Amino acid sequence: MEAALPAIELTGVIKEFRTGHDVVTAVRELDLTIAEGEFFSLLGPSGCGKTTTMRIIAGFEEPTAGTVSLHGRDVTGVPPNKRDVNMVFQSYALFPHMNVFENVAFGLRRRNVAKDEISRRVNEMLTIVNLDGRSHRRPRELSGGQQQRVALARALVNKPRALLLDEPLGALDLKLRQAMQVELKRIQREVGITFVYVTHDQGEALTMSDRIAVMNEGAIEQLASPREIYEHPSSRFVAGFIGTSNLLAGKASSVSGGDAVIEVGAGERIVVGTRDLAIAPGTELELTVRPEKIELSAERPAGPGCALRGTVTEVVYLGTSTSFTVTTTTGADVVVFQQNSALAGDLASRGDQIWLSWQPAHSYLIGQSAPG
Amino acid sequence: MPGARPRRSVPRARLGKVFAPYLLSLPAGLWLLILFLIPLVVMLSLSLQSCNNATGACVMTWHWAEFGQQLSLYHSQLLTSFYFAGAATVIDVVVSFPIAYWIAFYGGNKKNFFLLMLLVPFFVSFVIRTVVWSFILSDQGVVLGTLKHAHLLPQSFHVLATGYAVVAGLAYNYLPFTALPLYVAIERIDKRVLDAAYDLYASKRQAFMNVILPLTMPGLFAAFLLTFIPALGDYVNQQVLGGTSDTMIGTVIQNAFLTNLDYAGGSALSAVLMAVALIGIFAYARLLGSTAIEEYL
Ligand SMILES: Nc1ncnc2c1ncn2[C@@H]1O[C@H](COP(=O)(O)OP(=O)(O)O)[C@@H](O)[C@H]1O
Ligand SMILES: [Mg+2]
Repeated sequence: MEAALPAIELTGVIKEFRTGHDVVTAVRELDLTIAEGEFFSLLGPSGCGKTTTMRIIAGFEEPTAGTVSLHGRDVTGVPPNKRDVNMVFQSYALFPHMNVFENVAFGLRRRNVAKDEISRRVNEMLTIVNLDGRSHRRPRELSGGQQQRVALARALVNKPRALLLDEPLGALDLKLRQAMQVELKRIQREVGITFVYVTHDQGEALTMSDRIAVMNEGAIEQLASPREIYEHPSSRFVAGFIGTSNLLAGKASSVSGGDAVIEVGAGERIVVGTRDLAIAPGTELELTVRPEKIELSAERPAGPGCALRGTVTEVVYLGTSTSFTVTTTTGADVVVFQQNSALAGDLASRGDQIWLSWQPAHSYLIGQSAPG
Repeated sequence: MPGARPRRSVPRARLGKVFAPYLLSLPAGLWLLILFLIPLVVMLSLSLQSCNNATGACVMTWHWAEFGQQLSLYHSQLLTSFYFAGAATVIDVVVSFPIAYWIAFYGGNKKNFFLLMLLVPFFVSFVIRTVVWSFILSDQGVVLGTLKHAHLLPQSFHVLATGYAVVAGLAYNYLPFTALPLYVAIERIDKRVLDAAYDLYASKRQAFMNVILPLTMPGLFAAFLLTFIPALGDYVNQQVLGGTSDTMIGTVIQNAFLTNLDYAGGSALSAVLMAVALIGIFAYARLLGSTAIEEYL
């Protein structure tokens, strides 16, 4: 059996915009393979090139260099109306002069689908996105969430082989956004097509995606599953962008058997896996620990774990958990989340001297420190 | 303490709220009354009076037949006017649509500059512009003279003093009244809607027909009114560029008032022109679907 062709494949894609004498490189050397049926997210801060990447896949922008393939067919240079993908635009871009039905039917009509089949498929799709009975409304008579669902239906009704969604929930308030995340995931399972999802919201990407590409300044920093990205960020940028993470800098004092001992302060040592990186003793390194992996205790815990001492400088009650900021003796501030479970008492208050500890497996090397 | 405020101020504030809208509409209302409604009534009443041509004195005779008489006397000039103004409007729409489209979509940050370029010729007086056109189009002028000299046109060829020259003059003079409303309408279109159309398999032509054109309709309607109506009553272009055979209704009305001092006849003819134009506009709005127009205005 031959391997299934990837739904979307970008090879060496570069995109430069020329505005007057300036050249803006929106995308630099992008290689990306998205599998059939995958929920794939492009995650990154505003201006990192997510929309441009999406527009290159849809055909609105031609790459300055590189190729785009859809299901094994090279489509570089093919106009958007001849590509078998559909897009849900950042601002929906609904046709203001058409009602909901006509908006959704637009693609089918351009493809000369028979009249009764159009009306059957449009109504079916309106049911899937919970918009039955709204088909004669104009877009401006709908709420933001409803407009969003019209945009989704308008793209999905064409049964594209891949759906491109550019920050589709960006304009919705938090409650609606969370509801729509669940809804989108359900619809994707139901129709079974490839979703490429652009977002700058890391929580959204983590909860919905099969895989995430974290982008920064036009390049992919890390491409992995949500869990891998969260637990094993490959760079300082990823660690900082996804969730809260504590960065500790130090110098490798000894390396043996896949573990390195890092000196993070005078006489304070932390053990971390070397991840097959060739690390010589004396190298300056950075590592990260997630706040929820750290335990707080009054006494130095026994055992081989990592431990640091510090003073609690801030306590913030968050409902299900409490966030402690601890200024350690190394000088670094470390954030710790503790669940407010039934068993947990008052762990610490401001000004307390306290010990932080975690398993060596939970400190993760993210590379050499930036110079300076 | 809020309770300590004098009670009197409450009804006064409410009174202000009630009268504010009327006060605000007062200037516009007075403007309409003095400069439009009163002259209109005067004109309509004049058309029912009988005047002594020698003395200019008029007496009300309720002469309703005046309208019918004027219509039967000058219906051919009325038709010519509709024909010329219509042709000029069609030319203006065809010429200015691409201009407006280009400025709106590709003007970038120079949009205002391009709009200004469009308007620059119109800083020159209407009459002078038209007279200059008569030089340009004259039998031995820059254009025709050169072409005739190169034997590309027969010596007898002429444009001036024909309906073509009048239509060309009208089209030229009223172009901004078409281009600007069209530009405003096209400029308002969200460009991403075009991307959406292409994404949904529309060809360039289909995207234009199904998205751009319908969204431009309100602008097209405004452009039509702003061009056609003034062109309909225009007499300068016809007098400067036209011949004696294709007289437009504006010239007839002007002659009635200024040459023949036939105020009753001129007023009646103006009223007839207005009535016919209004009927035409309502029919046109109906045709385009007035509800669709209202929605965008
Ligand atoms: N049409 C364009 N002309 C010039 N620069 C552009 C254009 N589109 C995008 N850019 C630039 O490319 C970079 C990436 O933009 P974009 O892909 O929209 O980012 P994102 O969607 O991640 O916020 C930005 O610096 C932006 O200013
Ligand atoms: Mg974007």
